[in-house]
Amino acid sequence: MVPINFYIGLSAILFTIGALGVLVRRNPLVIFMSVELMLNASNLALVAFTRVHNVLDGQIFVFFVMTVAAAEVAVGLALIVTIFRTKHSINIDEMNSLKG
Amino acid sequence: MTVNLILFLVLAAACIATALGMLVSRSAIYSALFLVLNFGTVAIFYIILNAPFIAMSQITVYAGAIMVLFIFVIMLLGTDVLPQPQALPWQRPAAIVLAALLIVEAGYLVFFGSATGPTIPQAVESFGSPQDIGGALFNQYLLPFEVTSVLLLIAMVGAIILTQKDKGGR
Repeated sequence: MVPINFYIGLSAILFTIGALGVLVRRNPLVIFMSVELMLNASNLALVAFTRVHNVLDGQIFVFFVMTVAAAEVAVGLALIVTIFRTKHSINIDEMNSLKG
Repeated sequence: MTVNLILFLVLAAACIATALGMLVSRSAIYSALFLVLNFGTVAIFYIILNAPFIAMSQITVYAGAIMVLFIFVIMLLGTDVLPQPQALPWQRPAAIVLAALLIVEAGYLVFFGSATGPTIPQAVESFGSPQDIGGALFNQYLLPFEVTSVLLLIAMVGAIILTQKDKGGR
């Protein structure tokens, strides 16, 4: 089998790419996708640790992370649609006021 | 170089390449499609790591439902290509420096820290089977499972309330 460090290293690389996406990109949809990528990277690390320690709880936790991510995406995309309706733009730099 | 290692390296290269593709592509719809590929490769990693249930959930929930929602919203808004005016000119170099710091730190911890063991032990034949997951989910983790259903309901109601048009002045 491949050493566990490789999986954790890959997870770290994916997480870094996601964080870079959040910092660099200006499109909120792509920022959302980067957040999903970071969640995915942490899921990969959790599953790898589950395999190493031979306990199932990590996989259960990954399942819960997936459900919470689904809920987060639904609400977040609804927010983006609402912001687009009021401001007619989804550039992240223009979202600087709390009132629509 | 064993077969496992070659398989891992090829898949990892595909995974990182698709993630970078998502990061750099100008069009949001290309980003979404790259992300679907990335989720697919990560699902294959889950299968290698004895987690078939999680792999199938990954395909259906992430690559299926969530990405369809993303693509639907991208097409609904019709703003798949945005001009990118930078409000802060130093933001991009600063972000790249911070990301480099993060990856160096994580790499040091992963390969020189003492948190992880060197090799993966041989698993029991049925480890991580859907039966095991279901048993743990409905016995040991029943309350979190039910709370999750309530959370999904709240998210659904919230999304509907947020996106409905104002009727008669709220």
